[in-house]
Amino acid sequence: MSNKFAKFRNWLAGDYDPLKNVLDTDETVSDSREEIKKENRKIISEVDAEGSTRRLEKAEQRGFDLVYRVIAIVSCLLLIGVLLFTVALLPRYGVENPESTTVVKRYVESGLQETGAINIVAGIILDYRAFDTLGESHVLFTALICVTILLRADSKNLRTKYEDFYTIKQVKYHDLNKDKIINRVGMILVPCIFVFGIYVLLNGQNGPGGGFSGGSVMGAGLIIGTAAFGYEKMDRFISTKTAMWITFISLAFYSFAKGYVFFTGANGLDNHIPKGIPGAILSGGLILPLDIAVGMVVACTMYGFYNLFRRGRT
Amino acid sequence: MLSNLVINYEEAVAIVLFGIGFTTLLFQRNLVRKLIGMNIMDTGTFLFLASMGFINGRKAPIVVNGVQDTAAYINPIPASLVLTGIVVSVSVTAIMLSLTVRLYHRYHTLQLDDIYVLSKHQTEDR
Amino acid sequence: MALTDVVKIILLVLLVVCAIAVNFTKTLLQAVIVFMSYSSVMCIIWVLMESPDLAITEAAVGAGISGVLFLLTLRRIRSEDDRREEERRASGKSDKDEPDGGKFESR
Repeated sequence: MSNKFAKFRNWLAGDYDPLKNVLDTDETVSDSREEIKKENRKIISEVDAEGSTRRLEKAEQRGFDLVYRVIAIVSCLLLIGVLLFTVALLPRYGVENPESTTVVKRYVESGLQETGAINIVAGIILDYRAFDTLGESHVLFTALICVTILLRADSKNLRTKYEDFYTIKQVKYHDLNKDKIINRVGMILVPCIFVFGIYVLLNGQNGPGGGFSGGSVMGAGLIIGTAAFGYEKMDRFISTKTAMWITFISLAFYSFAKGYVFFTGANGLDNHIPKGIPGAILSGGLILPLDIAVGMVVACTMYGFYNLFRRGRT
Repeated sequence: MLSNLVINYEEAVAIVLFGIGFTTLLFQRNLVRKLIGMNIMDTGTFLFLASMGFINGRKAPIVVNGVQDTAAYINPIPASLVLTGIVVSVSVTAIMLSLTVRLYHRYHTLQLDDIYVLSKHQTEDR
Repeated sequence: MALTDVVKIILLVLLVVCAIAVNFTKTLLQAVIVFMSYSSVMCIIWVLMESPDLAITEAAVGAGISGVLFLLTLRRIRSEDDRREEERRASGKSDKDEPDGGKFESR
């Protein structure tokens, strides 16, 4: 009995850490990084000492900081004042300005018949204004490519004189699946998140949700899965190469399907895509496949961001 | 004129958020705080846009019981514009953060003044 | 004033307070946590503005993915106390002033 109380008292006093080798809270600082930092600090202080005839003295520099902050706050208030003044002069909209509500009338009153979607917002972004959504998917894809160029740990990115090769190498391999808390919580939560994400995705036209929302939730589920289960198990579920292929195929499918609809619509022909019964899952014409495509692009892009930041591979 | 601002108070708060985010982006010297300021600026813009479509007393634009009257729902167009914007904002944040990581690996500091001084003194790279 | 108006005003004031507080935190980790709470409050405001699509997307993307990306950046750079760095620069201390010669980061 006294043994247990002794342990408890020690833990309260801070002498004994029961989770020492179980959780991932070790902090190791590498030596070469410290050397490079010291060199940099030396260079900066030398340059400061050289240019002190042109710059302010050290004591005055503290005053400069204070003046800088005061100027920042004053200019913030000025900017907010000018913008508020401008916004107050904007023309009124709504019931008093009937020219601004003709488009809304058309969308709300004939939205259900023309698109077959109960959720009017989903009908707008995937049927009336689907070109904007196509552009937005391309923006996501381009962002993934840019982050790949910047952060992928290959030979060109690692071989520079000042970059800390030791730190970059050390960052890659920290795997969290030894952590028991996140493992157990992940086993319960990750299937629930995936089911919820798929539900939100498939019911985009019948209720709130849609491509972006469902895709983001699924992307978040993939991120938690990778953190909870480790890289090997997640690679067996969705490998990174598969994720890139899914992104590419979804984007190409969206382009060609919507291109076909634009082509027939512009020439006055009828694209023979059935609208279905509003309220069912298989309804709304092309809205369901396009929803799935957009959702896949968003989910795989978020997963790709996480992997690139964590371990330098897509 | 000021009565407009008091009626649409969400617009006023959105403008205040935009101003605070913009000032954080300009005047902070730490790179990560600048990016947080940019995100705050983005969400302020989205709040401003979406508050244009909100009408007091009406419901979300999902057709219920076949009621398809314009007077029963809010304006759905600004909401669809903002939906695209939220996802684009996270893409821009991701690119900026990866640039920050590369800058840190090169100069080992996050302060903008130090990066400026060091970049003039260390010009050879390989 | 209906109840939703009162709640909306309180949440909007909380938004402005969070946005100002990002500038005045001491460490970067605190700033990122304040930013994630800002995103969560924004999600509730979207619900009160009758746009459920925006609420789901903002909850998953703002607090979830954008916050996680910030934390991953902090991990990759293993940031120290940047306020401490600023004070050190402003007061002109060099490495010789520290008792351990600048070898270890003193917490």
